[in-house]
Amino acid sequence: MSEIVDARGLSCPQPVLDTLAKIAAMGSGELEVLVDTEASKENVARAAQGKGWKVESITEDGGEYRLKLLGS
Amino acid sequence: MTNFFASRKGIISVGLVIGALAALLQYLGNPGNMGICVACFERDIAGAVGLHRAGVVQYMRPEIIGFVLGSLGAALVGKDFRPRAGSAPIVRFVLGVFAMIGALVFLGCPWRAILRLAGGDLNALLGLAGLIVGIGIGTLFFRQGYNLGRSQKTYASVGLIMPLVMAGFLVLMFLYPQVAEEPKSGVLFYSLKGPGAMHAPLIISLAVGLLVGILAQRSRFCTMGAFRDLILFKQVHLLSGVVALLVAAFAVNLVLGQFNMGFAGQPVAHTQGLWNFMGMVLAGLCFALAGGCPGRQLFMAGEGDGDAAVFVLGMIVGAGFAHNFGLASSPKGVGPHGIAAVFIGLAVCLFIGFTMRKKAA
Repeated sequence: MSEIVDARGLSCPQPVLDTLAKIAAMGSGELEVLVDTEASKENVARAAQGKGWKVESITEDGGEYRLKLLGS
Repeated sequence: MTNFFASRKGIISVGLVIGALAALLQYLGNPGNMGICVACFERDIAGAVGLHRAGVVQYMRPEIIGFVLGSLGAALVGKDFRPRAGSAPIVRFVLGVFAMIGALVFLGCPWRAILRLAGGDLNALLGLAGLIVGIGIGTLFFRQGYNLGRSQKTYASVGLIMPLVMAGFLVLMFLYPQVAEEPKSGVLFYSLKGPGAMHAPLIISLAVGLLVGILAQRSRFCTMGAFRDLILFKQVHLLSGVVALLVAAFAVNLVLGQFNMGFAGQPVAHTQGLWNFMGMVLAGLCFALAGGCPGRQLFMAGEGDGDAAVFVLGMIVGAGFAHNFGLASSPKGVGPHGIAAVFIGLAVCLFIGFTMRKKAA
């Protein structure tokens, strides 16, 4: 089961802060991040990649995004 | 699906275009080192509608209108229009007020700080240093869990209010165009001298505003985010756009003969270094706590963020306070109550920063 960060409705830089805090706590594994703006989606993906994590998939549902991040 | 403007090359291109266009707007009539200044232009708008009566800074700046409407258009086309609101709007209003007061103690928003430097105004170095310190203080609050809370999805009309206000301003401009030698046309005030009397032709200002609004919405260009991300995440993505803006404006200024290096006698600037610095500490902290520089707040307001719209209104009202209460600086130096206002603003920011923290997760 993957961990989840729900950053919907949070403004910059909170989604990235929460994602990076979770990545630091997990070290590796599977993390899902929920955001609801394009900017947050791009920022979270960029930040995760900056930590060497992979963006496995991004799915959109009703204007919300679910990013699946993988860290090994 | 990939957004070119979200790439490194994209943000750099946007910075180059904004820098070049800003220098060009100055060439076409905008005030010195003020091709684009969000704070100054919102202050001029406050003057145009009579929220303050400082006769030298009254003009309904079409660039600002273009920023919001261009961003709205880009967001609609890019399926990126997200009506949302409800994240501590009153706090954002107050942050907007003090952001404007701080910016007017320095005499410029971060965009203008960069443009002033690109024009050779070395006072801007102190403003930029203050900006970075203010943002740095903001990042300390972020590390402590500071957070304005979640916004909620809402009706499209909520996100359309600020674009409609701007469209209304534009209609007023067409209904009551500037009349030579007249300080008022219909309900709008116009400056006869000073920075408010200096402007590029309306249509050019509007067109540049729209283009910048589109580019900045797509790229999320933000001068506050540039330094915040560097300090908080060691990321240089947004910063590369800001550096590009500086380089492009500097190059175009050289070509157009608009570069003049020094501290004294710079256009719409004063030489009180400490207050250039402190004004921007306050402004930078306000931008950081509110999540965007004044330009970015306009673009977010255009893409449906009703909280960013409240920040914008805070800045416009703040300009009214700044000029009515003698808080704004002039080329002679700080206003009679500018220094007191900076300290009050910093105290308000500390109150907000310390008290709006969620318990450590």
